[in-house]
Amino acid sequence: MFPSAFFFLDRRLSLTSSQPHTRARGVQLLSEVLHECYGNLTEREVEVLIAFYENRLKDHYIITPPVLQGLRALTKCTVLPPGSAVSMLRSLFQDVHVQSLMLTERSCVYNMLINLMETREAELKGLGADFVFGFVQSMDGERDPRNLLLAFQIAKNIIHRGYDLGKFTEELFEVTSCYFPIDFTPPANDPHGITKEELIEALRAVLSGTPKFAEFLLPLIIEKLDSDVQSAKLDSLQTLTACLSQYEHKDVAEFLEGLWTSLRREVFQTSSERIESAGLAALTTLTSCLSRSVLNSDSEDSLSTFLDLVLKDCKHHLCEPDLKLVWPSAKLLQAACSASNRASHIITAAVMPSLIDQCTVIPPVCLSRPSTLEESVFSAFRESLCSMVFSALSETNSSLQITATSMLTSLAPVILIIMTNLFLSSLLCSEPMDQDNNRVASEQYSHHAVRQRCLSALAAVSTQPSIVRESTPVLLEVLSSAHTGNLVGFSVEEVVLACRSLQRIAEQVQDTEETGQCFHEVIIPRLLSLALQAALQGKSWKHVMFPQKQQGDSWSQSQMVCLLMGCVCSLPRSVEVPQIDQLLSQLEEMSCTCSHPLSYTSAAKCFAGLVNKRSQGDSLDSLIQRTTKRVCSELDSTSSPVRTQAFTLMIWVAKALLLRYHPLSTALTDKLFSLLGDADLGAMAADGFSLLMSDSADVLNRGCHADVRIMYRQRFFSENSAKLVQGFNAAPQEKKPNYLKALSNIVNKLPKQETVLLLSLLLEALLCPDQGVQLSTLSCLEPVLINPPPALIQQLEALVSRLLALICSSVRIASLRCIHALSRFPEHEILPFRARVLRALARPLDDKKRLVRSEAVQARGEWFLLGSPGGR
Amino acid sequence: LVSSGGLKMSGGTRLENANPVIFQRSGERLLTASEEDEDVHDPIDDREIFDILSINDPEHPLSLEELNVVEQVRVKVNDAESTVGVEFTPTIPHCSMATLIGLSIKVKLLRSLPDRFKIDVHITPGTHASEEAVNKQLADKERVAAALENSSLLEVVNQCLSTRNI
Repeated sequence: MFPSAFFFLDRRLSLTSSQPHTRARGVQLLSEVLHECYGNLTEREVEVLIAFYENRLKDHYIITPPVLQGLRALTKCTVLPPGSAVSMLRSLFQDVHVQSLMLTERSCVYNMLINLMETREAELKGLGADFVFGFVQSMDGERDPRNLLLAFQIAKNIIHRGYDLGKFTEELFEVTSCYFPIDFTPPANDPHGITKEELIEALRAVLSGTPKFAEFLLPLIIEKLDSDVQSAKLDSLQTLTACLSQYEHKDVAEFLEGLWTSLRREVFQTSSERIESAGLAALTTLTSCLSRSVLNSDSEDSLSTFLDLVLKDCKHHLCEPDLKLVWPSAKLLQAACSASNRASHIITAAVMPSLIDQCTVIPPVCLSRPSTLEESVFSAFRESLCSMVFSALSETNSSLQITATSMLTSLAPVILIIMTNLFLSSLLCSEPMDQDNNRVASEQYSHHAVRQRCLSALAAVSTQPSIVRESTPVLLEVLSSAHTGNLVGFSVEEVVLACRSLQRIAEQVQDTEETGQCFHEVIIPRLLSLALQAALQGKSWKHVMFPQKQQGDSWSQSQMVCLLMGCVCSLPRSVEVPQIDQLLSQLEEMSCTCSHPLSYTSAAKCFAGLVNKRSQGDSLDSLIQRTTKRVCSELDSTSSPVRTQAFTLMIWVAKALLLRYHPLSTALTDKLFSLLGDADLGAMAADGFSLLMSDSADVLNRGCHADVRIMYRQRFFSENSAKLVQGFNAAPQEKKPNYLKALSNIVNKLPKQETVLLLSLLLEALLCPDQGVQLSTLSCLEPVLINPPPALIQQLEALVSRLLALICSSVRIASLRCIHALSRFPEHEILPFRARVLRALARPLDDKKRLVRSEAVQARGEWFLLGSPGGR
Repeated sequence: LVSSGGLKMSGGTRLENANPVIFQRSGERLLTASEEDEDVHDPIDDREIFDILSINDPEHPLSLEELNVVEQVRVKVNDAESTVGVEFTPTIPHCSMATLIGLSIKVKLLRSLPDRFKIDVHITPGTHASEEAVNKQLADKERVAAALENSSLLEVVNQCLSTRNI
């Protein structure tokens, strides 16, 4: 039994009182109790309560509000007996006129409906169209936005969950659509936070929910589009877009003309960009709605009917470039076009011929338009499209070129085959232009320009593996035709550009297996054979690669060794190079004897690259020893004509060995150190350290599988810094700059800590009277001072006095910079020097050179702030 | 030297002119070939002095140049006669920082120019309520020296002269 039955009995008096107010209070109390404990009721109790409440609905109107609250609580019961939902609603619809209730009671009714729809869907559907009718009656005239949101939710549920609308479709539509378009401005400081957008969304979900509304909704939308209110237009267009995605062609068939007229007007006479884009979106949805219809044998194709309308109104505008309707028409056509394949076929077929005729006049429009089209559409227009794009590319108008290029990029897959054909026909076939002597040079020039742009465009579009497969052969073809000589008219620039294009493709293409394969199987072999062919011209490749005698003109062939270098030095270590010993000895020979810089350098690098990868063992050792001996003997004879060559080979081999920690590298690096004192090669040797310590781009890096050990730089430094210091100290004054330069080359590549070891050397060097030494020392020192190592702080006294001694010399700018850097040292360390530095810096303030004064002003300003309040 | 009001700024009180008109900075001085030639003597010119004066305003995170307090046309230098004259224009006619700005300019020049120069810093005529008093204070060597003995005043001046951390 109901737990509060006693209370019920106590209240009997009030419930049966003859005063309606008293009865109302009694029911109210009961309803409030039910709200607290509806979950505990049994089915039987619920049945009793429902019967009681249903009965009370017939009572005095003043009792209705508490009754509704009680019923709402009961709708939340999980144990609602079968049939009770139906009877509850019947008495509700029958006995209560919802719209004459107060706001909260109306809300109560809607909540009841929502609750019942959640739990008793099948029963409610059993009510049939009566339920819809009851609801329509209940919400008819609702004005409160809070309740409207609830009502719209119920309407949406009715539509989306398949309730039988019966003959009340129009009524349901009327009762909701009368709010369309929503015009609601929430009051200032509205506590409920209902926005216009919420209402719009909720209503739109109702209106666009079912095709059954189409016959009512579409005329309404057409009507509302005539409105002058911007937001109404926008809402109408968006609702149209929403509902069209649900509709089928037969739903819209009879309204096509009206819709088109309205949409056209919105785009042609657009007042705002948002409306225009909403209109275009609606047009796209409409077209795609028509496109996906399944045609019966007797129905006409509404898509083509509609597109006929569109084309009739838009096409002729395209041919009148002076009128401002060109763009809107183009946009409309684009929008329709992008809806579906069929639509784009129809429109393209109708528009393209006249567009191509027009393209010389209004190219931007024509060019941008097709970019939304799909591939197959173009088949019929390949040739003309291509010529259009290419002529656009050769135009001077930059926006046109941009459009053309973006079109090329977007159309790449389709257009490529066409392009390649066109290329081959226009570039490779013998040009009538070239044979025709009457042509003027300027035309020839512009033709070259077009070709060059074609090549760039081809490279630009080659980003997908499939395209690369098509485009690279064309480029290779250009190259090969260029130097087989069966084609005239290719300028050197064009051939170079073709190579560049290939390089660009290689850089930008997606790195996939397919492209890798393409490069390995097609491009690289072709390129190599082309390059060799170019050099060979009838001779055997060995002759070319290693000409037996040094002839003046042989460099054009001997430089081919750089290709060889590129190939063999990039191989993984596991790959065995055939005839490697012979190759090595010929490379060595060439690098030591050839007089052409590129040739001997490449030979040396190639040699070094191979040496770096050769496996450890006696054969490698003897090879190195042989080479070292040869190089050293050449270097030792100061009169030798090939000292530079020998030096180049030495430095590269030294690098190759240094990278792999080969013990024999020491002989070579020692030689390098000794060369720092050489009259001719000293400066080169100092620069050589930079080569030793930095990464090389083309050989001897990890990218080409070279044997590179970690920390080789640090190792080299720790093994050799002593030698460097020793050499520096022993060197005559005029040779010291080379040592310092070598030092700075090494130091620049090393982590800061390592330089600490050199501090004493640097400090020592500051005393050296040679300006070059001073300058390079100061430039070494400055980066160190930014993050001073503790060892430096210990020698601060020496550092400061030596720097101050230089502030009036010819290296004073560098010295002042170092003094400036000193001001950032820990304050307690440098404060003792403040007065002295400030005094010393007064003099350069009056220097004759402005640059010096400026450095002095900055440095002095910082030193002044030191130890001063508010300073640092 | 400075009225007590001039020292309040370090406490972060309300700015007197919180939203000043900002002027574009002139670009870096272009390096000429003769400046790199060691044998040519470059006289100290107006622009050089002006560049030295890229001082922060005590009230704003902006330089005096950007506030148009110091303009190049109001900087006059005569290298041969060893004189420098700088006129500065307070952002508002009753700016209490005027003395402080003048002092900062003076200190900056003292630190940056050779001893031989006679430095004259004063307010652009007609741009400040108590122009004369401020000019008199700035011209008085003793009072300037005394002001820099005051560590809280020196602190503010040094803050103005610190290179900005951008």
